[in-house]
Amino acid sequence: MGMVKDPERVEAIADNIADAREVKGRSLWQDAMGRFVHNKAAVGSVIILAGILLFTIVGPYFAVWSNEEIDWARMANVADVGQPSYENGHFFGLDSIGRDLYSRTIQGTLTSLMVGVVGASVAVVIGTLYGAISGFVGGWIDNAMMRTVDILIAIPYMFVIILLMVIFERSLIMLFVGIGLFSWLDMSRIVRGQTLALKHKEFIEAARAAGVGWFVIVVRHIMPNLMGVVVVYATLLVPGMIMAESFISFLGLGVQEPNTSLGALISDGAGTIMYDQIWQLAIPLTFFLTIVISLFFIGDGLRDALDPKDR
Amino acid sequence: MKMTSKTLVGALLATTLIASPLYAAGTHPSTGEALADNQSFTYRLLDEHSSVDPQIVEDTSGADIVRDLFEGLYNQDADGNLVPGVALSHTTNDAKDVYTFSLRDNAKWSNGDAVTAGDFVYGWRRLLDPATASPYAWFGELMSIEGASAVLAGEADPSTLGVTAVDDHTLEVKLTASLPYFALMTTHGSTFPTHQATVEAHGDQWTKPENIVSNGAYVLTEHVPSERSVRVRNSMYWDNDNTILETITSLVINDENVALTRYLAGELDKTDVPAGQYPKLNAEYPDQAHSNPRLCNYYYTFNMSGNGNPAFDDVRVREALSLAVDRSVITDAVLQGGQFQAYTFTPGLTAGFVTPDVPSASMTQAERDAKAMELMAEAGYGADNPLKFDMLYNTSEGHKKIAIAMSQMWKQKLGAEAVLANQEWKTFLETRGNQDFELARGAWCGDYNEASTFLDLLDSGSGYNDGKFNSARVDELLTMAKTSSDTQPLYTEIEQIIATEIPVIPVYHYTRVMMLQEDVKGWPFENIEQNVYSKDLYVVAE
Amino acid sequence: MLNYVIRRLLVAVPTLLILIIICFYLMQTAPGGPFTSERPLPPQVLANIEAKYGLDQPHYKQLYNYVVGIVTQFDFGPSYQYKDRSVNDIISQGFPVTLTYGFISFVVATIVGVSLGVIAAIRHNTALDYIAVGATFSAQALPNFVMAPILIYVFTLKLGLLPGGGWNGGQWQYLIMPVIALSTSFFASVARITRSSMLEVLNSNFIRTARAKGLPETTIIWRHALKPTLMPVVSYLGPAFVGMITGSVVIDIYFSTGGIGRFYVNSALNRDYAVMLGLTILYGGLTVLFNLLTDLLYAWLDPKIRY
Repeated sequence: MGMVKDPERVEAIADNIADAREVKGRSLWQDAMGRFVHNKAAVGSVIILAGILLFTIVGPYFAVWSNEEIDWARMANVADVGQPSYENGHFFGLDSIGRDLYSRTIQGTLTSLMVGVVGASVAVVIGTLYGAISGFVGGWIDNAMMRTVDILIAIPYMFVIILLMVIFERSLIMLFVGIGLFSWLDMSRIVRGQTLALKHKEFIEAARAAGVGWFVIVVRHIMPNLMGVVVVYATLLVPGMIMAESFISFLGLGVQEPNTSLGALISDGAGTIMYDQIWQLAIPLTFFLTIVISLFFIGDGLRDALDPKDR
Repeated sequence: MKMTSKTLVGALLATTLIASPLYAAGTHPSTGEALADNQSFTYRLLDEHSSVDPQIVEDTSGADIVRDLFEGLYNQDADGNLVPGVALSHTTNDAKDVYTFSLRDNAKWSNGDAVTAGDFVYGWRRLLDPATASPYAWFGELMSIEGASAVLAGEADPSTLGVTAVDDHTLEVKLTASLPYFALMTTHGSTFPTHQATVEAHGDQWTKPENIVSNGAYVLTEHVPSERSVRVRNSMYWDNDNTILETITSLVINDENVALTRYLAGELDKTDVPAGQYPKLNAEYPDQAHSNPRLCNYYYTFNMSGNGNPAFDDVRVREALSLAVDRSVITDAVLQGGQFQAYTFTPGLTAGFVTPDVPSASMTQAERDAKAMELMAEAGYGADNPLKFDMLYNTSEGHKKIAIAMSQMWKQKLGAEAVLANQEWKTFLETRGNQDFELARGAWCGDYNEASTFLDLLDSGSGYNDGKFNSARVDELLTMAKTSSDTQPLYTEIEQIIATEIPVIPVYHYTRVMMLQEDVKGWPFENIEQNVYSKDLYVVAE
Repeated sequence: MLNYVIRRLLVAVPTLLILIIICFYLMQTAPGGPFTSERPLPPQVLANIEAKYGLDQPHYKQLYNYVVGIVTQFDFGPSYQYKDRSVNDIISQGFPVTLTYGFISFVVATIVGVSLGVIAAIRHNTALDYIAVGATFSAQALPNFVMAPILIYVFTLKLGLLPGGGWNGGQWQYLIMPVIALSTSFFASVARITRSSMLEVLNSNFIRTARAKGLPETTIIWRHALKPTLMPVVSYLGPAFVGMITGSVVIDIYFSTGGIGRFYVNSALNRDYAVMLGLTILYGGLTVLFNLLTDLLYAWLDPKIRY
């Protein structure tokens, strides 16, 4: 007489259990992805941003004028003949010197998108790590790290930019360096604040009790919970970066003529609103606003998706 | 009874007329126009001036204020001719190296002290004294006063300077060289007198409204840096009876479009016209928009010092670049303010200067372009070997537009690639001053109305010759011109050398383009140096 | 807590010293100097100027004299650009101006921003949310250098209601447009951070518990949700306030207020070393102070945070 009454049935159950063990669990990131994809506004915004990016890549093929050619015939009275028009090839009209705004907007948008991405990435990566470590470790290390941030915030970065330009010659890389130098400072403070609140929560205590190393706690437990604030602040940073770039170019480090950026185009356009050349402001501003709005919905979507609490 | 009241009313009226400010609802003494009750004038400053100390001021906006607060030996009338200021007249010897000025005896400082020749001596010594650290000390040297160089170098005491107060009302100046136009230079702010006791009592703070003592038609009553500066009638001024404007306010407004908006809203009586807007404004407000010649030029200079772009060593390349610039586009399409196309370095309207004929001036642009392309091909540049160089200018909307236009002209016509670079002002000055450039922008405003103020820049020893142009013949001609009685042939030859050697590309000569309210009269439109004296302005009634 | 404050204030001293040293060397390395001009000075004059301002001394000596001057006489040095003003003059004239409109803008931006953010979060995904968020988009779409000239154009030229600029001692008519321009740049960020933070808080367990207990919504918002919501907002507001006070260059340029923002940029461009250093110290001091205040606020908002 055997212990097992029905060996076949037991085997079938054993097989099932083995199969059950092999069913893959869904990771948190996959959960988040799923939630994000269901957020219509967020997905729509990703599509729009992708569309703008596509436009900057494909748009030049339809351009009649380059971004630096001056339309000599029309440059003298832009206010009268410089409006957007299909016939003369200036789809977005002329800028105040008589150059094609269509090509300039395309090139400027691409530059500004890059600036925004680099600035936000540096802020997110460096700022979050720095702020989280500082807030979590606490004590005099926290003090030292935050006072360093204070000093860095207070340094007149105009001199830094001028020095960068003098030592390294102007180039796009230098512009990114210039922007990256200060974009992470505010983020680190906000992250540190959130970390201070988080580190006393029970699940962190549990992780500590379980003997998890402090760095792992920071990276695997604190940082995912910060994502909400980080994402929202990062999307707020991008427009600021775009505007900061125009000031850096003013100092001579950033984008040089004939290349331009959205910040420069908006700046130039703001100067001509009195003179019936509204399109010079309206068009780059529209692109800028579209980017800002898309980033908002994406940010909201990401925050909802990454929020670890079950909904 | 009736008679008494009539007399009473008449007497009352008479008393009121005598007691009230002289020109309230009065008429202008010479033109007879009816004057407005409110004699105030508000105008725009681009940026805060650095000082109102006559020996220290270095920018034009400060100089305008100094001209109201202080008065020198001579002033200028509306056409730029000399008229008596503190000095009534002057005599000079045959060699034209000793000048004697007779001063009036009724000139007073705002605190009641009399203005004496000693005040001028003090001011001029102060200008050259190294301890004052005046940025305009070189002007004293330029005036060729005896001993100026030694004092400036710190080798001699300021008291050895060749200016003496023969008595309280006679000033004698000894020069090291014959300078026929010396009297013209006395309208410059750095030659104005200063009140010794005040400067010694307050040091650097003497120009603050609560300390300042001045001898001009106005006194400084308020100064809020970067916001406003207010000056008010100086009742001690010797010609106070003829001063009509009561108050002048300068407002610092950095953005020219905002300034124009505020002008149109009635907050300003005068402002500058943003580039390109003059035609429209002139069409809409013909009596308010003004464009008048100004004694300044605008050019680009090649780096000829040896460490510039080697392509520029070839004069054909330089000539091609200069010819290919369509100056009419710059003056008529970009600036649109009535500026003058420049083919010579010196502005054509400089006093006593006749613009020489240079070949490029009489060609059509098509001819110039053809010649330029020919020269470039000869020099070995073309589609397969494009010319590439750096083009440096200082940060400004206006300079940017002109640089873009020029670079596009060169690209289209010659296939040359100008890499544009802008730098903020101080960095730009350093870069250009160290010959660290290939082609850089420059501009110069004359310090006095005579051609040497421009041409001296191209002297190989000049501190302002950043391109380091070196021509022995030009140096020789400039030295000769200092003592010559007929300078025109010399200047013509210099301009022709410039036109052949092309160390610089002259672009245009300035105009002052401004909006001025119609009821403000007396503005010196014809004065090419644009020296404005507020005491000559007045507001007419509507 | 008092211990903590004292410790922080003590640390502020070396912090500021390090800041001064870094800035000083940065300025000396940048090309050009205060006396670089189109018409270069004769060598003897230049030598004299430098002697007058002590610029010919070795760097460490200049630094030492500078710090001693501040500590003993509260003298921040002369301005090289504006010859009859000292740094003290400039700061005492410009700082109250900037502080006034900066503070008012800050209060307006905070109140409007937090309110909008809370409303948007409470009424998430309803029309109110969209309107509030839409308002932040409009504010972000108009950066202050676009908004300033538009405001002047509308209110001074077209409507003739407000003066186009100036300060005039700070009368209210001169305050309105600068405050509008400055606060709109900030309330958008404040609103968005508040909204996002509150949305997270409203989803947390303790709020769910409060709701389950049947507490009225207003109590939940005011007494339970608001404090944790404000943590990231406070983190943002600290540097934002300092930024508003010292970084309002655009407002100074367009509205000619004479505030220190413009002096800050100008002193860098003019290489006016003493003014630059003085304003940097001011900026640094304010940053340190406000970071201390925000840290103290954290402790009040979240009782678990202890120093």
